[in-house]
Amino acid sequence: MVDELLFFMEVLVGGLLAGTMYSLVALGFVLIFKASATFNFSQGAMVFFSVLAFCGFMQDFNIPFVLAFILAALLMVVVGLCTERFVLRPLMNASEDTVLMATIGLGYVLEGLAQAAWGVEVRRLDLGIGDFPVPWIADNLKLFISALDITAGVVAAIMIIGLFLLFKYTKIGLGLRAVADDAGAASSIGIPLKHIMLLVWSAAGVVALVAGCMWGARAGVQFALVDLALKALPVLIIGGFSSIPGAIIGGLIIGAVEKVLEVYIGPFFGGAIEGWAPYVLAIFFLLYRPEGLFGEKIIRRV
Amino acid sequence: MMKPVFMTYTKKDLINLAVCMVLSVLVIPSFITTEYWYTSILIPWLCLALATIGQQIVMGYTGQLALGAAGFMAAGAFAMFNLILRVPDLGFVGSLIVSGLIAAAFGILFGLPSLKVRGIYLMVATLASQFFIIWMIDKFGWFKNYDSSGIITAQDIVILGKPFTTPLAMYFVCLAVTTVLTLLAMNMARGSTGRNWMAVRDMDIAAESMGVSLLRTKVQAFAISAFYCGVAGALFAFCYLKSLEPVAFDIKLSFKILFMCILGGLGTINGAFIGAAFILLFPVLLNAIGNNVFHGAIDATIISSIEQVIFGGLMIIFMIYEPLGMAKLWENIKQKWKTKFPTMNIKNLTSSIGKKS
Repeated sequence: MVDELLFFMEVLVGGLLAGTMYSLVALGFVLIFKASATFNFSQGAMVFFSVLAFCGFMQDFNIPFVLAFILAALLMVVVGLCTERFVLRPLMNASEDTVLMATIGLGYVLEGLAQAAWGVEVRRLDLGIGDFPVPWIADNLKLFISALDITAGVVAAIMIIGLFLLFKYTKIGLGLRAVADDAGAASSIGIPLKHIMLLVWSAAGVVALVAGCMWGARAGVQFALVDLALKALPVLIIGGFSSIPGAIIGGLIIGAVEKVLEVYIGPFFGGAIEGWAPYVLAIFFLLYRPEGLFGEKIIRRV
Repeated sequence: MMKPVFMTYTKKDLINLAVCMVLSVLVIPSFITTEYWYTSILIPWLCLALATIGQQIVMGYTGQLALGAAGFMAAGAFAMFNLILRVPDLGFVGSLIVSGLIAAAFGILFGLPSLKVRGIYLMVATLASQFFIIWMIDKFGWFKNYDSSGIITAQDIVILGKPFTTPLAMYFVCLAVTTVLTLLAMNMARGSTGRNWMAVRDMDIAAESMGVSLLRTKVQAFAISAFYCGVAGALFAFCYLKSLEPVAFDIKLSFKILFMCILGGLGTINGAFIGAAFILLFPVLLNAIGNNVFHGAIDATIISSIEQVIFGGLMIIFMIYEPLGMAKLWENIKQKWKTKFPTMNIKNLTSSIGKKS
């Protein structure tokens, strides 16, 4: 009985921590959605692009870890700059769906560029944090929890607190919220729309880089990251598109539910139900609470 | 607007149809003799154009963002395999129709969320169908007839006792199915069904208050769309791939069909054919350039990356400058031609004759 409980706890904690990885990707989506009411479908591609560039700098040019990270972050700022100038500005007055489709195109461009520049083979990313159970926790609590999971959890927590404070208490955060609410009104009272967009897309790029490092250290830096990032979509639906705490709670729910389902129900169906369980969970949320747990109520005006 | 001659088809449509039929039945088979053109270009073009029409119905006409075409195609393909295997009496055409209907049932199931949500939310709900259907086929051995190799060879196509196994014969099978379904789609799009779809797309609340049932219209659109995708998937597997494996219908194919639909032109039937042709032929062209101009100096993976960049870039460019895609571009060119040479226009011609006399 105790063993079973321990096993359940292990599965649950493992799932929760893996969920923070989804949260990290979802965070990038939320940032952009909050500031521009644009849904950035290319976030997954940004994760792939940034971490592949990071690996490329380190492995192909032998640039040291920290410098490579800074270079990759700067590259993401450039990507943000180009996106603002060449994609978002011309589509300022276009409908939501049009912008969404343009970001799907942007995702394709980023994926293609990354592969053209750095190749298609799987790269290993070593962060110096092992993906194996922490001995101390294993001895004392009898739970096998990976060090990488814990690191991802801590990093996610720090980023989320940081971004939450930024949005809530700084002038920039106020500007961001104003732009999201009504871009036209915000620009008419002197909030520089251009800078705000640039800032948000750069921040989302850096968040993508961090998320990519965590994913890359676990599964290798490869194209499959883009598909993994798609799982951030159900996270967003559960948490709400415009809520930073929602991204983390949504990620935890998805992570925990998919692991528990996989371990306890999966064997009856031949396993691998992780692939679709999050999406089906998202459908149930959509039917009962379309705005998500923390999202603002969706109001449509006729 | 021209007066319809037969059902909703005008005289111009019938002329276009006749031209297309002459081209595809007489001209193409007598001029193209290399198998490559049939097996690698014409057959997949027809199949994917058909799937794109399915995507058009739900996305272009009804305005519902869906991203699961490949899932429905997989449902159709594997339904076809099982029907031929287990119910041989049904025959090829019967199996094709029933597998379309099975795909339509999935379409209804996964289209239900569209009653509650729209936009990106719906996209996520339809992604569930994509992943679920592929997983289901993969995990339950029954669908694959307990074949352990993972790739099943598709059965030969036999219609009324006659085998259709040469590339040319398969091309004619695809052509016949695509032609019939395209004509039907045009008819639906122009009739009351299509009017309802477009009303829901343009403003669902207004449509509802005018008495258009949202439930009926949306579920109908999803069902018909999935039917088209299912039939297209069956043809794709039996005529083009000649094998069945769930991996062939992954999310990448769904994105490809989405691109065909958007680049071709949302809300047009001919856009589906233009988009499918472009997405299929462009990589061929790029490879040819790579082989002939650079003599294979560029790696094949780089060429496919460049192709991805160009598709993505085109998507952005079209969204900015011409959200209605290549079909609209073609319309614009025709319009320009008409204003440049007004005498070409019959109306101006007759009115100028009238003035002279």
